[in-house]
Amino acid sequence: MADIALNPATTVPARGTPLIRAIGLHKSFGATKALRGIDLDVNQGEVLAVMGPSGSGKSTLIHCLAGVLAPEEGQVVIGDTDVTALNADERARLRLERIGFVFQFGQLLPDLTALDNVALPLLMNGVGRRAATVRARKWLDRLDISDQATKVPGDMSGGQAQRVAIARALVTQPSVIFADEPTGSLDSVAGEKVLTAMLEAVRESNTTVVLITHDARTAAYADREVIVRDGMLSAASRGVAA
Amino acid sequence: MDKSLALLGLVDTGSSYGYDLKHRYDEVFGRGKPIAFGQVYAALARMIRDGLLTTLGEEAGAGPDRKRYAITEAGRDRIREWFSTPDRPAPELADNLFVKVVLACMLDSDADELLDMQRSEHLARMRELTRIKQHSPLLERLAVDHALFQIEADLRWIDMTSARLTDMREEVRRNG
Repeated sequence: MADIALNPATTVPARGTPLIRAIGLHKSFGATKALRGIDLDVNQGEVLAVMGPSGSGKSTLIHCLAGVLAPEEGQVVIGDTDVTALNADERARLRLERIGFVFQFGQLLPDLTALDNVALPLLMNGVGRRAATVRARKWLDRLDISDQATKVPGDMSGGQAQRVAIARALVTQPSVIFADEPTGSLDSVAGEKVLTAMLEAVRESNTTVVLITHDARTAAYADREVIVRDGMLSAASRGVAA
Repeated sequence: MDKSLALLGLVDTGSSYGYDLKHRYDEVFGRGKPIAFGQVYAALARMIRDGLLTTLGEEAGAGPDRKRYAITEAGRDRIREWFSTPDRPAPELADNLFVKVVLACMLDSDADELLDMQRSEHLARMRELTRIKQHSPLLERLAVDHALFQIEADLRWIDMTSARLTDMREEVRRNG
């Protein structure tokens, strides 16, 4: 996978040292305080589960960590980049180059084949079509769905489509993957297979994963969990994170 | 469930006679299984011996006993220690955790934190089992899955209870 270096300027911390550091995050939507002072470190290569009741601030937290939302107070640093100091365009560039996303319903482009869906982020990063296709095929193969390469999402099962979404998230070799209920739309057996495939791939590449989940059995695949309640980390989570 | 600790917690809500404690225990925790008077008095005697309880002198109560029991500082420390020690997931856990949560509400202690600690303990056990499962043959995986689903059922109860704590505190106070 060393054929294309997309992120040459990034200093990758050693495994076990913080890759993501959030300090004192506050974020409101109108009168609703979604985040109320969150401090969180996520280590390089770590798989962190973010749990908590609906409306507790989980999604707002990962959107702030990923630079999708800008917090009103506090700081987010990924590697050597202060995300909160970037403007909207710079944050978009950061997401394209260094961050992968996996959503509950894949959100693949319905008119593109699996291969083209996976190659797309590379093309957007300026990689040539031939190299992008070679690399996309490798990731489809790694996630055991080479046979789906020419199919469009509507012709695949939910589990297969989700593997394509994972291949698309990993193809740019991001520093971090943010996954929001990645197996939430799948039955137990399919969900477990998809999750195992994703985690094998990220552990091999030492990619950091922040995984939102309601499901304790999914969270059990993570290295640790934090619980968000009313926009804050629970006391037990702060203790674990310390 | 440790019935002595449940009784100790009830005494912590206010000094009481053994007779009243027995009825209070049955009402809050008995759920069709009343505690025997003998068990109550034996537990109270042990806790006096261990310095967790003291008596406030003999006077007439609602029942035949004349001793009024009060918690000591050592008794309060024991309750705090109990609340801050999560239980290992096990079949009898629900009983023990139920008593802890109810008492935490009655004593205005932090029941949220208690439930969070228990949730972390459960998730730690689930991680342990998940690691075992990933390297096991199918039959063993099925057995581990069974254990995982049981722990998950506890976790659902913890989540549900956590969401209902405000109502529970009010109800406990109303019946207090």
